[in-house]
Amino acid sequence: MLINHPLLGPRDASEFVYKGDAALINRPDPDAPDALEQFIDYGYLRDNPAGAHRELWFHEQGDRSWLVVTRNTLTHEITSVELARDVARREGRSK
Amino acid sequence: MRYSGFKVIKEALTGHRGWGPAWRDAAPQSSYDYVIIGGGGHGLATAYYLAKEFKQARIAVLEKGWIGGGNVGRNTTIIRSNYLLDGNEPFYEFSLKLWEGLEQDLNYNAMVSQRGILNLIHTDAQRDAFIRRGNAMMLNGADADLLTTAQIVARYPFLNVNDARFPIKGGLAQHRGGTVRHDAVAWGYARAADQRGVDIIQNCEVTGFRIENGTCIGVETSRGFIGAKKVGACVAGSSSRLMSHAGMRLPIESHVLQAFVSEGLKPVLPGVITFGAGHFYCSQSDKGGLVFGGDIDGYNSYAQRGNLPVVEDVCEGGMAIFPMIGRARLLRMWGGIMDMSMDGSPIIDRTHIGGLYFNGGWCYGGFKATPASGFAYAHLLATDKPHPTATAYRFDRFAKGLMIDEKGMGNQPNLH
Repeated sequence: MLINHPLLGPRDASEFVYKGDAALINRPDPDAPDALEQFIDYGYLRDNPAGAHRELWFHEQGDRSWLVVTRNTLTHEITSVELARDVARREGRSK
Repeated sequence: MRYSGFKVIKEALTGHRGWGPAWRDAAPQSSYDYVIIGGGGHGLATAYYLAKEFKQARIAVLEKGWIGGGNVGRNTTIIRSNYLLDGNEPFYEFSLKLWEGLEQDLNYNAMVSQRGILNLIHTDAQRDAFIRRGNAMMLNGADADLLTTAQIVARYPFLNVNDARFPIKGGLAQHRGGTVRHDAVAWGYARAADQRGVDIIQNCEVTGFRIENGTCIGVETSRGFIGAKKVGACVAGSSSRLMSHAGMRLPIESHVLQAFVSEGLKPVLPGVITFGAGHFYCSQSDKGGLVFGGDIDGYNSYAQRGNLPVVEDVCEGGMAIFPMIGRARLLRMWGGIMDMSMDGSPIIDRTHIGGLYFNGGWCYGGFKATPASGFAYAHLLATDKPHPTATAYRFDRFAKGLMIDEKGMGNQPNLH
């Protein structure tokens, strides 16, 4: 499986470490009234879809950047790769 | 029809014309008391024990393809009960005891072979950990035996005990562990359940749950609506897909695990050997093929096929510890989809929806658990109380901090 790194071009997936669902970028607000339930969801529940899945990969044996990869879990086809930093900023984190 | 040695001889002399189908091809009725979703090992075992041990009737098993076509037909056939934690060990020991009586119970030759399993030790710290594990096993009535390097060499002279990175310093053996003919487990349970009146309905995919006022009253299927007083999901690998129809999100990711078999060889490998440090485990099938596997590929997958880096990694592990396999050719490899749970342990529990029960999250340890999983799930379905050996397998253990994390990896499913 090749991951088309936005900065480095196509790299073998074995250079990366897999973290999981990219929803992990959106850490809940610890001051919310239902923070406990939100953190239990965040820590332990997953959508786990069969089909398109946005997921976090870490380029451990490369430039050590985090990527958000959109991959089909039925075919392993990768349709988009972005720097997780860009995604997180776009979603309003790390202002 | 009862199978026996006499019956085999009689059929051999009369041209094998007297064998009938092992189970009926049932058509779905409009409603049942119990509907089990998933005709794999666990689902069929659940139906069998519901009928036999808990004297229940009007039971159906729904299977979207053919029975035994999922993970019960895709594993490396190993049985063992060498767990550490209190939430697990009594359950797996219960399972091993059921394996020991399985063939007589089912009147079916499942080729249960207690050829022993050996976990290799490479460091002093690992020896300490395995001594502790062995003690935990014995406290729960299982057998465990700490072997020295000399004892291992005497039994397995082909092992590379002087590997530079992972020299073999001993091993923890469980002599009652071994292998079972995996397909025969599904077929044996199917036949025995069918004889007790269970309807096994193949090519019947569940497409939704009918839920009214918080209670599940049946399932929508590709062959129409089927009503049920109790519905038991039992589809490890596809649990998230199925339960999403009931609006549930699970503490599970689906991952692919590959397994391999070599060409047939003369008997070379007695028992099962696990080389945990090198991510490799191996046994030899009765046909002569070396059956082996390693780690999961490590990313969410429903593809039932894996990628090449793991093939290389598994074969490297094999070469490091059994250099003799280097000239054996790989015959086949395949992938199965695992429910990888957040703590590496399964779930057998009620859901928040009345009449809807769940069994899944088996990670890559589901095969050995088949009899106990079926028994415990049948117990839960019939009595609404968890079986005494399965009380820890609850949904709410994550919220309550009562994880059963054998490897201590935390909520990262691909590390379990």
